[in-house]
Amino acid sequence: MAAEVMLMNEIEATAAQMGIDLNIDFSSIQLPPGENCGIISDDEDVYHDDQLELDSGFGNVIVVDNLPVVPREKFEKLEGVIRKIYGQIGMIKEDGLWMPVDPETKKTLGYCFIEYNTPQEAELAKEKTHGYKLDRAHIFAVNMFDDFDKYMKVPDEWAPPEIKPYTPGENLQKWLADEKARDQFVIRAGTDTEVLWNDARQSKTELVYKRAYWTESFVQWSPMGTYLATVHRQGAAVWGGANTFNRLMRYAHPQVKLIDFSPGEKYLVTYSSHEPSNPRDANRVVINIFDVRTGKVMRDFKGSADEFAIGGAGGVAGVSWPVFRWGGGKEDKYFAKLGKNMISVYETETFSLIDKKSLKVENVVDFSWSPTDPIIALFVPELGGGNQPARVSLVQIPGKEELRQKNLFSISDCKMYWQSNGEYLAVKADRYTKTKKSTYTGFELFRIKERDIPIEVLELDNKNDKIIAFAWEPKGHRFAVIHGDNPRPDISFYSMRSTHNLGRVSKLATLKGKQANALFWSPGGRFIVLAGLKGFNGQLEFFNVDELETMATAEHFMATDVEWDPTGRYVATSVTSVHEMENGFNIWSFNGKLLYRILKDHFFQFLWRPRPPSFLTPEKEEEIAKNLKKYSKKYEAEDQDVSMLLSEQDREKRRMLKEEWERWVGEWRRAHEEEQLERQMLRDGEASDEEEEYEAKEVEVEEVLDVSEEVISFEE
Amino acid sequence: MRPILMKGHERPLTFLKYNRDGDLLFSCAKDHTPTVWFADNGERLGTYRGHNGAVWTCDVSRDSMRLLTGSADQTVKLWNVQTGTQLYTFTFGSPARSVEFAIGDELAVITTDPFMELTSAIHVKRIAKDPTEQIEESMLVIKGPQGRINRAVWGPLNRTIISAGEDAVIRIWDSETGKLLRESDKESGHKKTITSLTKSADGSHFLTGSLDKSAKLWDTRTLTLIKTYGTERPVNAVAMSPLLDHVVLGGGQDASAVTTTDHRAGKFEAKFYDKILQEEIGGVKGHFGPINALAFNPDGKSFSSGGEDGYVRLHHFDPDYFNIKI
Repeated sequence: MAAEVMLMNEIEATAAQMGIDLNIDFSSIQLPPGENCGIISDDEDVYHDDQLELDSGFGNVIVVDNLPVVPREKFEKLEGVIRKIYGQIGMIKEDGLWMPVDPETKKTLGYCFIEYNTPQEAELAKEKTHGYKLDRAHIFAVNMFDDFDKYMKVPDEWAPPEIKPYTPGENLQKWLADEKARDQFVIRAGTDTEVLWNDARQSKTELVYKRAYWTESFVQWSPMGTYLATVHRQGAAVWGGANTFNRLMRYAHPQVKLIDFSPGEKYLVTYSSHEPSNPRDANRVVINIFDVRTGKVMRDFKGSADEFAIGGAGGVAGVSWPVFRWGGGKEDKYFAKLGKNMISVYETETFSLIDKKSLKVENVVDFSWSPTDPIIALFVPELGGGNQPARVSLVQIPGKEELRQKNLFSISDCKMYWQSNGEYLAVKADRYTKTKKSTYTGFELFRIKERDIPIEVLELDNKNDKIIAFAWEPKGHRFAVIHGDNPRPDISFYSMRSTHNLGRVSKLATLKGKQANALFWSPGGRFIVLAGLKGFNGQLEFFNVDELETMATAEHFMATDVEWDPTGRYVATSVTSVHEMENGFNIWSFNGKLLYRILKDHFFQFLWRPRPPSFLTPEKEEEIAKNLKKYSKKYEAEDQDVSMLLSEQDREKRRMLKEEWERWVGEWRRAHEEEQLERQMLRDGEASDEEEEYEAKEVEVEEVLDVSEEVISFEE
Repeated sequence: MRPILMKGHERPLTFLKYNRDGDLLFSCAKDHTPTVWFADNGERLGTYRGHNGAVWTCDVSRDSMRLLTGSADQTVKLWNVQTGTQLYTFTFGSPARSVEFAIGDELAVITTDPFMELTSAIHVKRIAKDPTEQIEESMLVIKGPQGRINRAVWGPLNRTIISAGEDAVIRIWDSETGKLLRESDKESGHKKTITSLTKSADGSHFLTGSLDKSAKLWDTRTLTLIKTYGTERPVNAVAMSPLLDHVVLGGGQDASAVTTTDHRAGKFEAKFYDKILQEEIGGVKGHFGPINALAFNPDGKSFSSGGEDGYVRLHHFDPDYFNIKI
């Protein structure tokens, strides 16, 4: 028995290694017949395949071969052994074990069928016991019942595979070359998903692509906007193309719940969690990392939910998403996962742990990557009742050397905020007061790019203020904080530079008593939207931080989401279906002018299509900003043309409507006059004409606008 | 001008009606007493006591002598406008939802709700000149539409009856034979319950409001859809200006959901639209709760709105209103 257990372990290990090709489990997908969720498969043979499996429906049956051939007397003993082996993997169905017997010799035939309750169990059983040594002569060969069917169909003659002619790929970045330099966004409302141009000049949208039931739960852009990902029961898919959206690749992952792209959009991480067959176990978690372009699984992780639910507040089913956080800038070189007392850092060349081992950090609870560099900032809380201080440290990857460390005392909680260029790191530390009854907040500001990484401590003017929101200016040196305890909190702006000293933080301004609880910087910096969502009913303030002045205040009643377009020219605010009424979105200019609003019932998502980073050097960008007048001339002329055209079209439309209306009115008047006599009769001869006295009459009113006197010289 | 707030009802308003001269305003509410007001200053003139249930609707004769009211107490009562005395009571087996006098005031169309095993129905009654000669019998009963019929009105020359209600279909019936003549198109028509229907002054076209958050303008004779006005709320009440090309829509979320949200969430405004361009001109706020009833004074210089809050608000337009340009 002991030997058996050891063997099982070995098999488990090998199964885990081979696990890569076993994880695609098509038989668990059972669409209702005739249902394709509105997506017509463009891949005919795959579709056909699915159909076959659906017909047979033996996904939960395995065939165990190479069993000993036994006479009748030993039948029951053998059956007992098999039941023991396979019963511990999953629930064998009642009468689910069938070992055929030769009718002549009354001996078994050396194989049996086992039916489990679920295909997953069958899959697991195959994984675990294929190659299992009962004794030297009997090494189990386990197959899925459905596989027999499949392999029986393999033609005997080898036919050379058809070589598909090369078709050049589409330009997936074509939307960036839009002549009018517009941006795209995707919205999901009801069953429809639409990609639209934001045509702000004409104050409307223009449809790019629309599809009903495009996704089964949500859509997501890749970080540089090349792909749009959709999520289905069978897995995820990415879409893109030059002028429309075609399916570019599918990633099989049954019951996928969450997806995440690497920042350079080379890889896609998919996540699913499955109910265990034994209710006492934790959920089974499957994570796959796909290469986006080839669709190949680069690495998969399987395990119980407990292993993936360390640290973090816990997002979906206890796992804080993303489980794997990508670092090292746009090259997608490294990704890391928080574990118990360690951080597992993987690199993407081999998809294995760096130095074959995880980074050991006792009691680490949180970490985050620098957005640009392979640097990890990690946080370890206080231990031993305050004897061992809490600590924030910066670790360089792949060397794993510690760049900087800071001990913090009497800490209750800590959050890390990276500036988008990776120049600064702000650590918000909540500390206990002496009595330990309440907390106050301070900031530790790290200057990553400077020598020795100096740290500065910042406390608010009133350090008892609660911090409601914090946000770095993208690419900039400023940050904004909402703080205060009263219903109308204050908002302060700080700069990492002061007028005389580049290495010192300074306060720029404090705005008192604002109805705001969220901060949204423009992606280009300089402008910020101070938004009062939820409790504040959608108050919006468009603020210019350079001039420290409010450009506009507005309201999008009940707004739940605010998002800047990737260029920082427009802001979209939306009311999603968390509210019953008011669903839809508004598009604003950067300075708070409402451009247009669109109402959609059951509005779920609004996402701007991200743009890849600009190829221009910072110097070049600065030069353009300096000579903006020169460049803008061309666009202003275009703007004027458009607005001329628009007002022309508008006039024309109105004229048409008026004419059409006049036609109706004419007809009605005619009919009314025709019926006049009869109507009069109905009213016992009472003249019914007087009812016309209320008809609209055109009245011309002359109004003196201006009187000017002029002396005209009179010549004889 | 400041609106005049008329507090006379204890329950939500259901219907408002001006007489032809535009000097009287009749209001119905879920309390049991229809009320008449002076339409210029909002002073209460009198009440009509006798109903034993919510009053859903009323209509006044052309000479302002007779008032017809329909109530949830399953009766329709004919009143003397001046004295407030009941002249006659029609009894039905189910609540009366809408009433209207025909041209000439010799006929009236009454709709009744589905109730117990009874289906909804449209009744045509002859109204005798002398109330003592009034008979109970209906001249015609039309049955067929599913669910409540929220409004039925006369077509041109009393030849047709136009009905609309819960099944979102507008139907035109022959008022002599009860034959169905036309039905609104499923595609272009309303998608949800039609809550209100109002005719233009000359009866040539009519406007319907629906819970599908839109109002639609139709030709009375051909049932051609002419205009659609989209809003953000379910529409409970509609009115058309007899003077300018304006339509007014009132509504808000369901009364049962009112208390769960901020008072602005329902946006209980009377919204003005340009009738021809279908564009929103403006809104008149004021009611706390959805608007259930709207009516234009026949002179087009004032309008009144009745809300779930139990108030009637009488608005006399400022001179600016008559110069709105869009």
